[in-house]
Amino acid sequence: MKVSEQWLREWVNPQIDSDELVEQLTMAGLEVDGIEPVAGDFRGVVVAEIQQAEQHPDADKLRVCQVTNGSEVFQVVCGAPNARAGIKVALAEVGAVLPGNFKIKKAKLRGVESYGMLCGADEIGLGEKSDGIMELPADAPVGADIRCYLKLEDNVIDIDLTPNRGDCLSVAGLAREVGVLNKADVNSIKINAVSATHDDIHEVVVDADGDCPRYVGRVINNIDATAATPLWMVERLRRSGIRSIDAVVDVTNYVLLELGQPMHAFDRDKLQGAIQVRMASEGEKLTLLDEQEIKLTADTLVIADNSGPLAMAGVMGGAATGVGSETKNIFLESAFFKPTTIAGKARSYGLHTDSSHRFERGVDFELQRQAVERATALLLDISGGEAGPVVEVVSEGKLPKWNTVSLREERVKSLLALDIGADEIVDILKRLGLGVEEVAAGEWSVSVPSYRFDIAIEADLVEELARIYGYNRLPVCAPTATLTPKPANEAKVSIKSLRRVLLARGYNEAITYSFVDPKMQAYFDTSDQGIELANPISADMSLMRTSLWPGLAQALQYNQNRQQQRVRLFESGLTFKRSSAGIEQVAKIGGVIAGGRHEENWLEKTESVDFYDVKGDVEALLAMGGAAQEFTFVAKAHHALHPGQSAAIMRNGEEVGFVGALHPTIEKALGLNGPVYLFELSLAGIEQGVIASFTELSKFPEVRRDLSILVSSSVELSAIVDGMKASAGEWLTDVRLFDLYDGKGIEPDHKSLALGLTWQHTSRTLTDEEISEFIGNVINSLEKQFSAKLRG
Amino acid sequence: MQSFLEENTMENLSALVEQAQAAVEQATDEQVLEQLRVQYLGKKGEITQLLKSLGKLSAEERPQAGAKINVAKQQVNESITARKTTLSDAALNEKLASETIDVTLPGRGHCCGNLHPVTHTMERIEEFFANMGYDVAQGPEIEDDYHNFEALNIPSHHPARAMHDTFYFDAHTLLRTHTSPVQVRVMEGEEPPLRVICPGRVYRCDSDLTHTPMFHQVEGLVVDKDVNFAQLKGTVEEFLKVFFEKELAVRFRPSYFPFTEPSAEVDIACVMCNGEGCRVCSHTGWLEVMGCGMVHPNVFKSSDIDSEKYSGFAFGMGVERLAMLRYGVNDLRLFFENDLKFLSQFN
Repeated sequence: MKVSEQWLREWVNPQIDSDELVEQLTMAGLEVDGIEPVAGDFRGVVVAEIQQAEQHPDADKLRVCQVTNGSEVFQVVCGAPNARAGIKVALAEVGAVLPGNFKIKKAKLRGVESYGMLCGADEIGLGEKSDGIMELPADAPVGADIRCYLKLEDNVIDIDLTPNRGDCLSVAGLAREVGVLNKADVNSIKINAVSATHDDIHEVVVDADGDCPRYVGRVINNIDATAATPLWMVERLRRSGIRSIDAVVDVTNYVLLELGQPMHAFDRDKLQGAIQVRMASEGEKLTLLDEQEIKLTADTLVIADNSGPLAMAGVMGGAATGVGSETKNIFLESAFFKPTTIAGKARSYGLHTDSSHRFERGVDFELQRQAVERATALLLDISGGEAGPVVEVVSEGKLPKWNTVSLREERVKSLLALDIGADEIVDILKRLGLGVEEVAAGEWSVSVPSYRFDIAIEADLVEELARIYGYNRLPVCAPTATLTPKPANEAKVSIKSLRRVLLARGYNEAITYSFVDPKMQAYFDTSDQGIELANPISADMSLMRTSLWPGLAQALQYNQNRQQQRVRLFESGLTFKRSSAGIEQVAKIGGVIAGGRHEENWLEKTESVDFYDVKGDVEALLAMGGAAQEFTFVAKAHHALHPGQSAAIMRNGEEVGFVGALHPTIEKALGLNGPVYLFELSLAGIEQGVIASFTELSKFPEVRRDLSILVSSSVELSAIVDGMKASAGEWLTDVRLFDLYDGKGIEPDHKSLALGLTWQHTSRTLTDEEISEFIGNVINSLEKQFSAKLRG
Repeated sequence: MQSFLEENTMENLSALVEQAQAAVEQATDEQVLEQLRVQYLGKKGEITQLLKSLGKLSAEERPQAGAKINVAKQQVNESITARKTTLSDAALNEKLASETIDVTLPGRGHCCGNLHPVTHTMERIEEFFANMGYDVAQGPEIEDDYHNFEALNIPSHHPARAMHDTFYFDAHTLLRTHTSPVQVRVMEGEEPPLRVICPGRVYRCDSDLTHTPMFHQVEGLVVDKDVNFAQLKGTVEEFLKVFFEKELAVRFRPSYFPFTEPSAEVDIACVMCNGEGCRVCSHTGWLEVMGCGMVHPNVFKSSDIDSEKYSGFAFGMGVERLAMLRYGVNDLRLFFENDLKFLSQFN
C-alpha cells in the first residue's frame, strides 16, 4: 500500500521525522518497502499563464508563447501540441533547475529566443511521460511556486502489508497504528450524514445474506459526470498509485484509500429492476470493466439485476452498467462481503483488484454507511447532484461479531519470558482500541473491534503486546533442554560421506531442477511413470524426473558447450514416479563422467575415461558400508546405455542401481562428446552397511601361486573367480586378476587371464604338497567348467 | 749410537706421517685411499715397518718409541677416515644435486571436486543445529495440500496461498512450497520434546532474476514445555553469528506467518557493507534472512499436541540467500546452471 506521508500526517502527526516514521512502521510489522519523494528534485518552476501562442515562423511543431508569471511576461518556445492561450501551466523560468540537474537557460530555438520552458508532468517527476505540457486548474494562482502549490514536499511511503493486517490498508488504519505507536491522538475526519433531497431509492434484494450481511446503497441524481476532479484529490490518488479516471470513480477510489471501504458506482439508468446480491449460476457471463468477458462459476458472488450479473461482488464492476461521461444518475454501493466468500475468487479468474485485496483480508463490517456518507459529500462537492436516502440491507445475525478473547498474564509471561506487568498490558491493549475487562486477577476478557479481523485467540493478543512493546526489547536467552542420547546406526552410510568419496575422486556436485524436459527424460526412461505438473513454468520444466540422468546429461551438455573437456558431476536427490502403489519418491545418487581420465598433464598422455573408471567410482561408494561383497555387477541392457557396456548393480537379488556407457545414439542426439559414462544408485539400496567384525590374524606364511589360462572371450571373470573359490579349498584368502590379454598370439574369440591365488592357514604352515593339490583342483575345475587351457 | 738411531727413526717417522697425510689429502677416490692405507699402515707398510726396528732399541726405550709410532699410525688412519668421509659426502652431494627436480610441477592424480555451495551451506547449518541436539528430518517433496497448507493453518482461499505460487499436480497434490510440512509430519509421528531441522528442496511457480522455481530451505522446530520467544531469539542470534563467523547486529521485526504467532522476520546488519547501506541491502543497512515465530495453537491442534501443556518455536531460512551472502554470489540462477567454472570456486 502506497500512502502520502502528508496525507497520513493530516490524520496523525507524531513529532518524528520521515526516517523515524518509516523505521517505526517497519519495526511494528508494517514493513516499509521504500520511501520516495512525490516529485523530482527541482526548483524555479512557477504557475504561469499562456497569454498568447503563435506558430513558430520556421518550425511546424513549435509554438512561440507569451507567458506571464504575474509580474513579467516571457517569450517561451514550446513544442507541446496543447500549448495554447488561456491555460495555466508550469513554467520553468531561466535559472530553474529540473530533475537530473538540468539547468534552464535562455535559448534560441530555430532563431527565436526562448526564456524558460513549459513543463510536462514527467519533466518535473510528477507522472508518466506524455506529449503535452501539464495543464493546471484555471484557479491556479499565477506566480506561485509549483512545489508549494502542489504541496510537493511530500513522500510516498510504500508499505508491504502482511495478509493479516487488512485493517491498515487505508490512511485511517495506518493513522490508527501510528497513533498507538506514538501515543498520539488521531484526528479522524468528521463524517456527517448528507441529508436526502429526494425520496428516490433503488431496491436491493440480498439473497446471499451470509456472504453479504450488509449492503448499503444510495441513489444520487443529476450529477455532472464530466466535472473535473480537484487537483488535490488527483494528486493524492496519484501518490497512492491510482490514476484519475473521472469524478465518480475518483471519489470511490479516494474513499477506498482514506477509509478502506471498497465502493462501486452503477449508472442507475442502465439498471433493470432491483439490485440482487446472489451467487452466480454456473456459466453465466459477465463483461468486466476492463472489457474482459468471463464465465462465472456457481461459487462466485455477484451483484445482478433482471438482466443478469452486473458485477463480480467485491472484485470488479461490469462494463454494461459502468459510469461514463454521459451518466446522470448513479447508484452507490458500499457493502460488507464475507472475507471467505471473496478470498481466492479474484485469483481464480486471474484478477487482482484493490477491492478484492481488501475484501479477502477483511473490511471493517461497521464502515459501510460512513463510507457512503463520505463519498456522497465528496461527490456532491465535485459533481453536484442530489442525494437520495441511504438504503441498508443488513442481516445482523450473519454479520461477524466483535471477538472476545481471554488473556492470561501468566501466558504472556511464559511465552515472552517477560513480566510486562498488568498495567502495561492493559495500557497497550486499550491503546490498540481493544475493550479490556478484568475477569480475575491477571486475567482479562478482551473485545476486539470490527476492524481487527486478525485477532481471534490469546496468541494473537500476545503478539500485539510484543509488537507494541517492541520485539527488540524482549529478552534473549539460550534454550535449555534435557540432554537425551540419540540412537545411532553405525552401519548406515551417511549421504555426507558418500558425497565426500565422490569429491575425493574428482567429481563436482551439481544441483539440477527436479522437473525436466519430457523430451530429455524420454531418452532415459521410456516408461510412462513420469509425473507431470499441471502448471509448469514452461514445457521444458514440466515433468518430474524419474532419474538423475536427464539433469546430469543436461549439465554435461552445458559444460561441454563451454569448452570443458573433462567433466565429472554427481547429484543426489529425489526421483519421482507413479506406480500402482501411488507416487514413489526415491532418493538416489548418480553421476556422469566424460573426457580425460585425468586433467591434461605433463606426466602421461591422458586417455579417455572408460567403463572401469565409473565402475571404480561406484565400487568406492559401495565399499563405504563395509559390505562390498554383497554387491554384484550383472551385465544387463538398459534403454539409455550401450548394450555391451551396462550393468545392473545387484544386492541380495535386488537391483539397487545401474552403471554403463551412454548409448551412442543418445550421445549423438544430445550433441555430447563421448564416450559418456553414467551411474545411478538408490540410497536405500546402498546406505545400510555392516559393522566390522574382527578376524584373527594368522602368524603363518602366505603362499601365492600364479595361473595363466586361456578361456573363451564370453566367459566372465566373476564366474572364473567363483569357480576358483569353490575348488581351491578353505584356506584360499585372495584371488586377483593381474593381467588380461587378447589379440595377437591368442586364439580368436579367446582371452588370456593371469590370476594370482593366495592361501594361508590360520594355525600352521601349508605344505608344498597341499598347495600343489589345491592348484591341481583349481585347474581341473577350470578345464571342466570353462574349457580353460593352462598357458606356458 | 742408540740415540742416533732413535732420532733418525723418529725424524723419519714425522716425515712419513707428513708424507702420508699429504698423499691422503691428494686422494680423489676411495681406491687411492685404500692403497695409501696399505702403503703406510698395511702389514708391510712403511710405518708398520718402523715397529719392526724397535727390536734394536733398549728395553727402556722401546715402549716410548712404540707409543710414538702408534700415535703416528693413528694420525694417518684418522686422516684417511676423514678424507673418506669428505669424499663420500661430496659424492652424495653430487648425486643429490643431480637428482634435483622442479617441485613446482603439478602432482599426479585427481584433484578433488567441490560440494555445491548450496549443499555446503546446508551442511554447515545442519552441523550447527546437530551440535545443539537437533535431529535432521526429511519429508516428501511431492506433498499433499493438507500437510503443505491446511495443517499449517493455511486453509484454502487464505490470502497467504497467493504468495506461495504453488506447482500443482492435481487439486490435492503439489510440490511443497516450503519445508514446513516436514514440521507437521514430525509432530504427527513423535511426541514432544522435539528438536528437529528439516533441510530440503522447495518449489514455487516463479522464475525471474531473483526467483528460481526450485530453491532450498532449512526449517527448524522445537516443541517442549516452557519454550518461549526469548529462546527463539537466542537460538536465531547464535546461529547467525556462528554462520557468518562474526558478531553482527540482529533484529526481529513483527511479521505474519499463518503457522506461527507471534511471528517475526529476522534481519541482520548487511554483511556486505556492515550496515552502512549498499546495493545488496537496498541501502537500508539490513538484510532479511529468516522468518520465525512461536508455533500457532492451530498447528498444534492439527497434530494433537496440547498447546496448554507445550509450546514451541519454528524458524525457516532460505539456503541460497545465505549462501549468496556468505560467498558474495550475485546471481541466484548460477546455482542451477552447474557451470564447472562456478562450482569449482567453492572448496
